[in-house]
Amino acid sequence: MAASLSRRLRRVPLSVWLAGLLALAIIVAAALAPLIAPFDPTDLTSFNLIDAELPPRFSPDGDPRFLLGTDNQGRDLLSAMLYGARVSILIGGGAVMVAAVVGVGLGLIAGYFGGWVDAAIMRFGDVILSFPTILLALLVAGVARMLFPAASSAEWAPFILVGAIAIHEWVQYARTVRAATMVESARDYVRAVKVIGLPSRQIMLRHILPNVMGPVLVIATINLAAAVLTEATLSFLGVGMPPTYPSLGTLIRIGNEFVFSGVWWIALFPALLLVLLVLGVNIVGDWLRDLFNPKLRGRG
Amino acid sequence: MLALLIARLGQAVLVMLAVSAVAFGMFRFVGDPVSALSRENATVEEKQELREALGLERPVLVQYAGFLGRIVQGDFGISYRNQRPVAALIAERLPATLELVLVATVLSLALGIPLGVLCALKPDGIAARLVQAVSLIGISTPTFVTGIVLILTFAVTLGLLPSFGRGETVQIGPWSTGLLTLSGLKALILPSITLALYQLTLIMRLVRSELIDVLSSDYIRFARARGLSTRHIHFTLALRNALMPVITVTGLQIGSLIAFAIVTETVFQWPGMGLLFIQAVSFSDVPVMAAYLLFVGLLFVLINTAVDLLYALVDPRLRVRS
Repeated sequence: MAASLSRRLRRVPLSVWLAGLLALAIIVAAALAPLIAPFDPTDLTSFNLIDAELPPRFSPDGDPRFLLGTDNQGRDLLSAMLYGARVSILIGGGAVMVAAVVGVGLGLIAGYFGGWVDAAIMRFGDVILSFPTILLALLVAGVARMLFPAASSAEWAPFILVGAIAIHEWVQYARTVRAATMVESARDYVRAVKVIGLPSRQIMLRHILPNVMGPVLVIATINLAAAVLTEATLSFLGVGMPPTYPSLGTLIRIGNEFVFSGVWWIALFPALLLVLLVLGVNIVGDWLRDLFNPKLRGRG
Repeated sequence: MLALLIARLGQAVLVMLAVSAVAFGMFRFVGDPVSALSRENATVEEKQELREALGLERPVLVQYAGFLGRIVQGDFGISYRNQRPVAALIAERLPATLELVLVATVLSLALGIPLGVLCALKPDGIAARLVQAVSLIGISTPTFVTGIVLILTFAVTLGLLPSFGRGETVQIGPWSTGLLTLSGLKALILPSITLALYQLTLIMRLVRSELIDVLSSDYIRFARARGLSTRHIHFTLALRNALMPVITVTGLQIGSLIAFAIVTETVFQWPGMGLLFIQAVSFSDVPVMAAYLLFVGLLFVLINTAVDLLYALVDPRLRVRS
């Protein structure tokens, strides 16, 4: 199994390489935004309303200072996009992490103990899954805003968004881990450590967890793309990041208001970056899923 | 069968009770209904009067029972923002959303099935590879980006199609339809394409994988051995079986399509339920939010229960499991 896996890893298709590099490049550029961005879009003194809605440098009346033009407040669009991608990736990654920790934990518990604990966790998951991600996320974000007025501020909005996205995504991890845990629990090594008398917590975390982590990483990769998209959608709908600290979705929302006046770049450039990021992650995720899927093995 | 019926209906009722409890919780604990309903400089006595009139002094469980009773009678309260009954607001917006979802579903089936078949029959052909690549871009593009690009191209640059609203509608009883006027149909084109693209990739991939599965099954091999024409095998024998799950999934997806229409309706300012909901979220209009949640919840429960029961009716193996 390990040998065949490494052999398959060596035959990574060119498209996956390119997609991986693309996603990595965007993630690195976003991480280094404060170092490489020409301006700081969060610094109110660095931009001027006079520069608002300037077209990109390469169009006839572009301004040489702004490679991709400016937004409605005169912010450099490229800088806003780099910072925005950072916000999007942080929130998406945060949501994936929270969902994975909660989902893996509950999946381990459900699969290891079985019985009514299992039934309660999984039925709850079924109910959650019967609603679409976007509706649950909107509801959580909307209710949070009504309960705490501070929820829409730049400090709190990211946490609300992480929660709103993770509330739906954990179920997938729980289902996968539960099934794998049930298989592992019946194996001899788990029976052996049970006989030794190790506490359940230690058996689950030290002995079962490492053996069920493979699929979790695949789900996490695919979910990262989905989480970034959900965050963008929420921000686009106006229940996500505020315009003072925009994510890619917020920038597209701002741009959408100017589309009719022929100002296309504010919406289009952030949208392009978002699609490239998600596409890159999706291609890598798809490939990983096929790699781990025993059904497809041997089909070449 | 009867046991299964009772079990599934019981489960459906439980889920609806849970959803209604969430809706009630929003009503009761999110925001202050008294300050939302009273005039700006109401006195303490007036507020107390309103509190008692609304029954907020009674035990929570009694209030919840009253809430359930009103819902069952179709009374969802008054919208804070429009000062109109929520049930009337929803009834007014429902046709717009349903027409959009219906047209989008038909579009995605009409395109998705042929493309899926193409990918399954000639998996290594150029067309199939192209379709696969485009579909990957499709699932990576959020709906609102598709919508904005379509608006930029067909409404702003080419000026061919309207980019917002429903156009002229015709009132047939309580139902307002945009399907009978030219401007209504033109207004439907861009939003329904946007919504259909979200669904299209799913249907295409499903048709492809189901058809590949069916084509490798024994009865197809026997049909080939018998010397039946390829055309007959592919389109009459194989496709029919491959389409069964496609129809189920499309049915199941109608609920999420209605929920997902929120995004499309926002981009195109389509006056449906989704736009009503998103406006309610930004104005903290709790009665509308609660009613929308209940409506979508009911829809999901109805669809899921109906599909489960139909499956049990069609496939006897599933009856034993209960």
